[in-house]
Amino acid sequence: MAQSIKPMMEFSPLLVAIQSGGLWIGEYLHEALQFDEPLGALDISFYRDDFSQIGMNPEVRASYLPIGVDERHVILIDDVLHTGRTVRAALNELFAWGRPSSVILAVLLDRGNRELPLSADIVGHTMSLNNDQFLKISPSGKLTYSDLFNE
Amino acid sequence: MPQDVQLDNNGRLRHFISLQELPRELIEELLTAAESFIDFATRDIKKVPLLRGKTVVNLFFEPSTRTRTTFEIAAKRLSADVINLQSDAMSTTKGETILDTVKTLQAMHTDTFVVRHNLSGAADLIARHVPSHVHIINAGDGRYSHPTQALLDMLTIRQHKPSFENLTVALVGDILHSRVARSEIIALNKLNTGEVRIISPRTLIPTGVEELGVKIFTDMNKGLKDVDIVVMLRLQLERMEGQLIPSRREFFQCYGLTEERLKQAKPDALVMHPGPINRGLEISSSVADGKQSVILSQVSNGIAVRMAVMAKIMGGTGKKPHSAA
Repeated sequence: MAQSIKPMMEFSPLLVAIQSGGLWIGEYLHEALQFDEPLGALDISFYRDDFSQIGMNPEVRASYLPIGVDERHVILIDDVLHTGRTVRAALNELFAWGRPSSVILAVLLDRGNRELPLSADIVGHTMSLNNDQFLKISPSGKLTYSDLFNE
Repeated sequence: MPQDVQLDNNGRLRHFISLQELPRELIEELLTAAESFIDFATRDIKKVPLLRGKTVVNLFFEPSTRTRTTFEIAAKRLSADVINLQSDAMSTTKGETILDTVKTLQAMHTDTFVVRHNLSGAADLIARHVPSHVHIINAGDGRYSHPTQALLDMLTIRQHKPSFENLTVALVGDILHSRVARSEIIALNKLNTGEVRIISPRTLIPTGVEELGVKIFTDMNKGLKDVDIVVMLRLQLERMEGQLIPSRREFFQCYGLTEERLKQAKPDALVMHPGPINRGLEISSSVADGKQSVILSQVSNGIAVRMAVMAKIMGGTGKKPHSAA
């Protein structure tokens, strides 16, 4: 991922991670590529499309965008890309902060099964999983997944 | 009070009437949610789409400036539609009962009622008579409860003092008529506050208040000694029947918060007041506007807390979506 982002550094992009899964990846890339400006963090809780079903996330945190996004090239970071609904919510949240020049999406893992017309620009790995399988990536790089029916 | 109506069978918050029956974890969850709403006030776009399509009715049977306005702003920032009704413009003045008023408004497919009433238990009564998809928020009922005020005060304290365990908090003035004091004492004790004091003349202390877990002081200087938080309460002259204080001037002399008196408290003590302030009656202007005063932060925090409460009770039908991420 870092190698793919490197050529973009000449445009001074703004690195923004989606909380909470994308945060440690964002921190890693921020350090590895030596971004001058602080890492932004988006909490998408207030833009989720399943709010009326599941209610408010009890662990909601404030979004943190230290630099304005107007006229900036934004690199949005998340751990897993699945249905695309999180990215949709993140884009809405991002545009509530301003009008970026461009946004690209970088994810560590694309597990397929999209439900919205979205794709990532930079993908670490791809994996094909069914909708009933859960996947979790921990900052140590450990990958755990389990079947819904085996839980 | 009969069985609590606030939580459904799954423990989800459906109405917000009183803090007494709510678990500590839920109160802390609401405070955390409120913290995430604070910075919305400084953004260009202050709205989030959480309550799009919902209708909130502010039903105020008593006058109010900050509570009604902050509820309205909170609902609008969550993208809800808001209708404001004041008692003088309502059909209750023509003899309609409060429950009939609510039923009438409910027939217009409204979702949430924010209720203020001079009778204790009014919000609870309404909550027991509405269908499950309608939510009630208590914006102050008689002398009983004002839970969003208590919650916003807890948020204000938490912003400045990270742990409640080591704090000494003093509530000063008219405890007898104060629903804020009652809710505040409950909230502080739920959050394991080190010591909660009340400082008041005997005539303005309700009987049995010790059972709520407070230390009583009638001497202001002794009561303020080494406290971390001073919560001044408004002298509710409009609710007073008979002679409860000798005179306004004498009350200020004994229980008014002046710069000199404030020196008894810790040097970094915070001064709070739920408003409206009676300058020169319970607090001097120099303290109300002084650097230890967080009175205006309380007002701003009121919006965040009310956003959190509305988002919490109106979100989540319990039906799981087929997928998330």
